Amino acid sequence: MNQPVAPNSFRTGPDEQGMFGIFGGRFVAETLMPLILDLEKHWTEARNDPAFKAELDNLNTHYTGRPSPLYFAERLTEHLGGAKIYFKRDELNHTGSHKINNCLGQILLARRMGKKRIIAETGAGQHGVASATVAARFGLPCIVYMGATDVQRQAPNVFRMKLLGAEVRPVTSGHGTLKDAMNEALRDWVTNVDDTYYIIGTAAGPHPYPELVREFQSVIGRETKEQMLAVEGRLPDMLVAAVGGGSNAIGLFHPFLDDKDVRIVGVEAGGKGLSGEEHCASLTAGSPGVLHGNRTYLLQNEDGQIKDGHSISAGLDYPGIGPEHSWLKDSGRVEYVPIMDQEALEAFQMLTKLEGIIPALEPSHALAEVIKRAPKMDKDQIIVMNLCGRGDKDIFTVGKILGVEL
Amino acid sequence: MTNTRIDRRMAKLKAEGRPALVTYFMGGDPDYDTSLSIMKALPKAGSDVIELGMPFSDPMADGPAIQAAGLRALKAGQTLKKTLAMAADFRKSDDETPIVMMGYYNPIYIYGVERFLADAIQSGIDGLIVVDLPPEMDDELCIPAVRAGINFIRLATPTTDDKRLPKVLENTSGFVYYVSMTGITGSALADTGKVGDAVRRIKGHTHLPVCVGFGVKTAEQARAIGASADGVVVGTAIVNAVANVLGPNGEMTADPAEAVATLVSGLAQGVRQARLAAAE
Ligand SMILES: Cc1ncc(COP(=O)(O)O)c(C=O)c1O
Repeated sequence: MNQPVAPNSFRTGPDEQGMFGIFGGRFVAETLMPLILDLEKHWTEARNDPAFKAELDNLNTHYTGRPSPLYFAERLTEHLGGAKIYFKRDELNHTGSHKINNCLGQILLARRMGKKRIIAETGAGQHGVASATVAARFGLPCIVYMGATDVQRQAPNVFRMKLLGAEVRPVTSGHGTLKDAMNEALRDWVTNVDDTYYIIGTAAGPHPYPELVREFQSVIGRETKEQMLAVEGRLPDMLVAAVGGGSNAIGLFHPFLDDKDVRIVGVEAGGKGLSGEEHCASLTAGSPGVLHGNRTYLLQNEDGQIKDGHSISAGLDYPGIGPEHSWLKDSGRVEYVPIMDQEALEAFQMLTKLEGIIPALEPSHALAEVIKRAPKMDKDQIIVMNLCGRGDKDIFTVGKILGVEL
Repeated sequence: MTNTRIDRRMAKLKAEGRPALVTYFMGGDPDYDTSLSIMKALPKAGSDVIELGMPFSDPMADGPAIQAAGLRALKAGQTLKKTLAMAADFRKSDDETPIVMMGYYNPIYIYGVERFLADAIQSGIDGLIVVDLPPEMDDELCIPAVRAGINFIRLATPTTDDKRLPKVLENTSGFVYYVSMTGITGSALADTGKVGDAVRRIKGHTHLPVCVGFGVKTAEQARAIGASADGVVVGTAIVNAVANVLGPNGEMTADPAEAVATLVSGLAQGVRQARLAAAE
């Protein structure tokens, strides 16, 4: 593909039509179009309203526990013998992942818009838990759509959501994973247009979702920048994050996109290998198409039918990717690479033993890439990795693979 | 004003003083040959306009019946290319009945818009309904289609208010498809009185015929909706008529084309009584 001319800034998108270059847009049924325009209007007002920002900041501090620490992983660094490795510890957030950053922002928008009912889709269940949490906190009923396959492999999170008062609706269409859950959530939204707010869990979907999710998640990158300057007096050499739909990654990356000396790496789920069908590497192995309201890289066949992906981690098991990542890939600003199930599993175990931190399987993919790169870098170089979720939810999956009865 | 088979057919029915029966079926369900025989049976049973469904793996505005029909078709090997071929096969024996292809954008985008439009013209396609292309995305397919001489039929919904209607109608031609409720295909029919009000509201903004769909399943409903609308669209009921004659492993227990023909004949009687009923 021809490389477009590098723009002056990588941080100005999307344009008024919600496009990042050819990616993004508003590919939705007419029924939803007025709702999306209304959301855009409220979002534009909210982001310029100091009271909105103050309320969100306050919740981030006192409810979530932000800022999350920037932690120097001393033993892992020593073990790998190369670059200094720092973790942005969003796994310490209330509810155990970065998903809460987005949910708090969106529930405040929902309240501003007078919506009375919350719906969400979830894969790993982390976004479902975060949505159920903020719905409980603000006293709104919450329905979470979750693929039937994921309901089984993420049983602890299903119970958590129920405890929080949410209704979990298993989705059996397709392979019963995240893509199918998203279809079902959209069907609910098309049906319940008056009172319902749809909290999309990643930086994808029709405009303005990719933008607003990015803004709510960018707190990760803004804090990282400040913390890095405070401890090291300079910016890192490299950022690494896992990409499912791309929200934790864009949250870390976005504030750094115009810092040209910072290399940025997104890590996709390579599943059982890119040569077969069982992976979720939409950027590395997919092609541009239109799904779930936006144009973006997708796993699809030559007839434009969407394929079901596979990943050991339910949170990366999505055949698409947020549109801004597609644009960042084509513009060459961010490098995207796949990591296989097995590599993620090994990284998961290494971190647990060396640092006493059980990571989620999603950031374990990012970690596996760090494990490959750090030894090849100088000791005075710095990598920051987004440790965006904790692994409590994954111990059953990992136990099963390791042959341990829990 | 365009002059397609759709325009000519709608004008003719207007002169006859009755609404059109618009029938949706899924291309390739349960297999290519059976599906083609269903298509051929539709006009014979009284359908005035055919909506040829293009299967898609992720039909986000469709209910379980049409989702399942699309998956059956894909499993049987249906592709966009074959759906176009089906229209071309149909045209060998019927050059009058308008064909509207209905589905989602991605298969068309992957096929290539220019190539798709050229092949659609070749196959005798008259109109397109693409669910996930609102007017905000008109540059993608709507404008090129209209230039190529194909009607781009837009959905108007209960959420399309008077302020937005002109935008929705701007590049629409052939007819306007009013979706009778907020929801997915296959849900229960909305209050017919409200539907009548909505049709009159849309007619205040356009001279195009207004067809109403989503939820119409019986001849009686077709008659009631047809009292105010220029056309009545039936989809899920037809797709269900096919599903009902399929066994647990997809084997045919009766002729799907015959099952569809029986249903459509009844619906055709319903629309033919619509204006008589309205005049009562
Ligand atoms: C811990 C964690 N990381 C990453 C993801 C992937 O989502 P995203 O790419 O939007 O950050 C998920 C999704 O469930 C998750 O739970």
